[in-house]
Amino acid sequence: MKSLRYALFAAGGLGLAAALLAAFLRLPPVGSYAGAYGEVLNAVAVGERHATDVVSAVNFDYRGLDTLGEEFILFTSVLAVAAILRKQEDEEEDEDEPKWQTRKAPDSDAVRVLGAALVPLMLSFGLYMVSHGAVSPGGGFQGGVVLASAPLMVYLCATADTFLRIAPPALTKAGEAIGAAGYVLIGCLGLLAGKQFLENVLPLGTPGHAWSSGTIFFLNLTVGLAVAAGFTELLSVFVEEVLRRET
Amino acid sequence: MIGALQLLLFLLLAASGMQVVRTREPAAQAVAVSFYGLVLALLFFLHQAPDVALSQIVVGAVALPLMILLALAKVRRAEQAREKEAGK
Repeated sequence: MKSLRYALFAAGGLGLAAALLAAFLRLPPVGSYAGAYGEVLNAVAVGERHATDVVSAVNFDYRGLDTLGEEFILFTSVLAVAAILRKQEDEEEDEDEPKWQTRKAPDSDAVRVLGAALVPLMLSFGLYMVSHGAVSPGGGFQGGVVLASAPLMVYLCATADTFLRIAPPALTKAGEAIGAAGYVLIGCLGLLAGKQFLENVLPLGTPGHAWSSGTIFFLNLTVGLAVAAGFTELLSVFVEEVLRRET
Repeated sequence: MIGALQLLLFLLLAASGMQVVRTREPAAQAVAVSFYGLVLALLFFLHQAPDVALSQIVVGAVALPLMILLALAKVRRAEQAREKEAGK
């Protein structure tokens, strides 16, 4: 019976391998592009939007509405995780046990020093990425997560109390809400100016400068805030869950 | 040179993908899937997609393993609570 199964798998596997090989051999070479829009955008984006990172120009301007949807996917996911992991009725908490077990900071000096040294690096790299989204690769989303890794470093090299003191849940919740709402409000600027939703209404500035590309810069800021706060919120839910398990 | 590096990364990606499936312990699997995400991000970078590579590092190597660990912590906590209840 087993050998029959192997024979069947061998026949199917060989067939699949042959079909894949035939398909791979006819693939276009790496980097070839058959669409039309990419070429058009590459040609016009810097002139029209003064954004030297065309990917950002697409994400936050030409298809800005799609990014609004994506931001709310993240928003809803964080909300859902927080809702699923909330304290449930059948999980009674012992009154005499402290809510937060005070885990000691790591004993190793190397871990503490390296972690503390990484925090300002993460913060400045994250802020750089958020603010230079229109100029170079990266942007609000990527920079936001780099920013969120700074509090994670604090958690790893210090105690959970320190982490919760620099990133209190009330602050991260507010940050996420303000970031998500800010995107919509910036979009409404276009409506107020009598143009379309999310249309670029601010001065475009000099291409290649951080202060350029109008609304793209500010949209990156709001996305950065929402993402950084959202991921920190997830981390604090995680910390709370793990610590409650250890108590 | 770049072509050879790309090929190497493709092979590494295939190997680490296999290893994710072969790892049976969920917490170890979260680490394995994180490594897989990192290799995928390097591959994106070598194919001239730095924006996508950055997102992939973030989602594949950080957010997804974090979610898995979160879910595991929650499940284990529920199990411990049940054991405590049964032990009474």
